[in-house]
Amino acid sequence: MSRIESTTFRDSLSVSITVGAYGTAFGAAAVANGFSVLQTCLLSLLTFSGASQFAVIGVLGAGGGAISGIVTASLLGIRNGVYGVIMAPRLKVKGFKRIVAAQITIDESTAVALGQEVRGESAMRQGFWLTGFGVFLFWNLFTVAGALGAQSMGDIRAWGLDSAVPAAFLGLVWPRLKTKRDRILAVACVVFALAMTPILPAGLPIIATAFIAVAVGLRK
Amino acid sequence: MNSFWIATIGTSVIAFVLKYAGHNVPERIFAHPKIQSINALIPIALLSALVAVQTFTEKSQLTIDHRLAGVSAAVIALMLKAPFPVVVISAAITSAGIYNWF
Repeated sequence: MSRIESTTFRDSLSVSITVGAYGTAFGAAAVANGFSVLQTCLLSLLTFSGASQFAVIGVLGAGGGAISGIVTASLLGIRNGVYGVIMAPRLKVKGFKRIVAAQITIDESTAVALGQEVRGESAMRQGFWLTGFGVFLFWNLFTVAGALGAQSMGDIRAWGLDSAVPAAFLGLVWPRLKTKRDRILAVACVVFALAMTPILPAGLPIIATAFIAVAVGLRK
Repeated sequence: MNSFWIATIGTSVIAFVLKYAGHNVPERIFAHPKIQSINALIPIALLSALVAVQTFTEKSQLTIDHRLAGVSAAVIALMLKAPFPVVVISAAITSAGIYNWF
């Protein structure tokens, strides 16, 4: 690896710290939703994908079963696979390095890497590795802090944690609502999930909205 | 093994398999515009549904409580282009305020 571009380094570090800090919200929310501190930390270490992690704790916290939680989290994890497809030809790594690269293939590492395109492929690789490792480090540290903090809180509603989870989902979906079609889909899924909640077992109303997304995507 | 352990391990295993699989398939598979479109839409659908269910339901029943105030605060924060931690914290503070007041 050649000299590290200072702009790339700065981009990576600022993303790592700010995104990593959300780990506090995840750690606290997971414990508030009934996960143990150990399970919470394992999710951050092993799943290492914010939206999927919030999804699985959200579904189980709402009374859904393990399968519903896993399916929802995994549907959200598909996009990491797509990032892998984009990054693999640029990283050109094999064996153990490819396993490590896969684990840190998330929204942020891919976004920073693609943001370095003007500075060349070497800068893209640096951006990917620096951001991936940086977010991994801070996300896990802050997860522990959040989980331990929530454990000592008692009634989580008195601290507003039961609202922090939907607010986190909202913060994740908001920047994705770029076109009118995106916003119509979002509203349709809200209405559908609420209408189905009293009828279907917990978790299924959420999973079912993925089919609405596929239908909308195929139409045009 | 209870459902929380099954969910923790199952989610983690599949998350890695998806990431690793991506690094091992040729790029042209995802070139189709409809696949790209669906890939962008699925997170919107699931995350929107999660916002709704986490805000308005309690044990499979629809309900309106302090969480609506919290999420409304988050909407305002997002419209003011606040960063993510501010969004989450303003929701928590508002929600806690309403919950403790009544």
